[in-house]
Amino acid sequence: MKEGNFITTTLESLIGWARKYSIFQYPFVTACCGMEYMATAASHFDIDRFGAGLTRFTPRQADVLFVVGTISHKLAPVLRKVYEQMTEPKWVVAFGTCTITGGLYDNYAAVQGIDAIIPVDIYIPGCPPRPETVLDALMKLQEKIQREKQKWSLRK
Amino acid sequence: MVLEEVEKEFSLRRAESIDGIPTFYCHRELVLPLMERLKRDFEVLLDITAVDYLGRKEKRFELVYHLLSLSEKMRLRIKVELGEGEKIPTLSFLWKNANWLEREVYDMFGIEFQGHPDLRRILLYPEFKGHPLRKDYPLKKSQPRIKLLRPERE
Ligand code: SF4
Repeated sequence: MKEGNFITTTLESLIGWARKYSIFQYPFVTACCGMEYMATAASHFDIDRFGAGLTRFTPRQADVLFVVGTISHKLAPVLRKVYEQMTEPKWVVAFGTCTITGGLYDNYAAVQGIDAIIPVDIYIPGCPPRPETVLDALMKLQEKIQREKQKWSLRK
Repeated sequence: MVLEEVEKEFSLRRAESIDGIPTFYCHRELVLPLMERLKRDFEVLLDITAVDYLGRKEKRFELVYHLLSLSEKMRLRIKVELGEGEKIPTLSFLWKNANWLEREVYDMFGIEFQGHPDLRRILLYPEFKGHPLRKDYPLKKSQPRIKLLRPERE
């Protein structure tokens, strides 16, 4: 920008823009989908290009929860606690068929979709999803974050 | 080790085996002396599992032991028929790993092991009611630990 030039925007979209390119993810990895998550995070697909390169291994510093892999009923209270420990604003990505519907584990052990435990923003289908699908979902999430109205109160 | 000798000594009954692993039925009372004898040659206890043959008249469960002998380079399978509520002695003092394997069988089938030092559920949570690998456990009955946001199934 030359001296004296300026751009106008709204505070809302400025905040959305800043947030969508500074995603700190918390990978909650429990099963085989983790392999594909690692492939996405590693240098070949390079999730850092989307501003989501920094993983945080404490929910208190993260704002996107990646739930990757089968969630059993035994683990359900842990997942909910992790979600509750994350500070606002926060988003949840359901990674793989198991997290969306329970996948092929239609039995006593697996939770039939993590949206029975926590609210979910983006669903990534596949068993496991390819890294391209994950990146697509990440961009969709960024669109969602950009569009989001800024509420200065707690989410329901 | 001569398998025929053990077979005669403990009056084992040969069972059919499609994978070439010698398989024998052993009487419940003789499991402990048999395993003490076998431990001399079979250093490794590969697995303990069970099968629920629901609908059989008398002995509903079959407990299956898989043994491996490194010195003899052979495997052996011992089956024990068990009725509902019948107990079986623990092998956890012979093979250390029997401790967890027996806990798994207890967790999934509710078969109790006498003399086990710590017979608790190993995979499921303590509040869980029933034993899911029993054939009369409802196939899709889950037992959530927390209040769910929506019902799991229609
Ligand atoms: S969706 Fe498929 S790959 Fe992913 S955790 Fe489930 S079974 Fe494994």
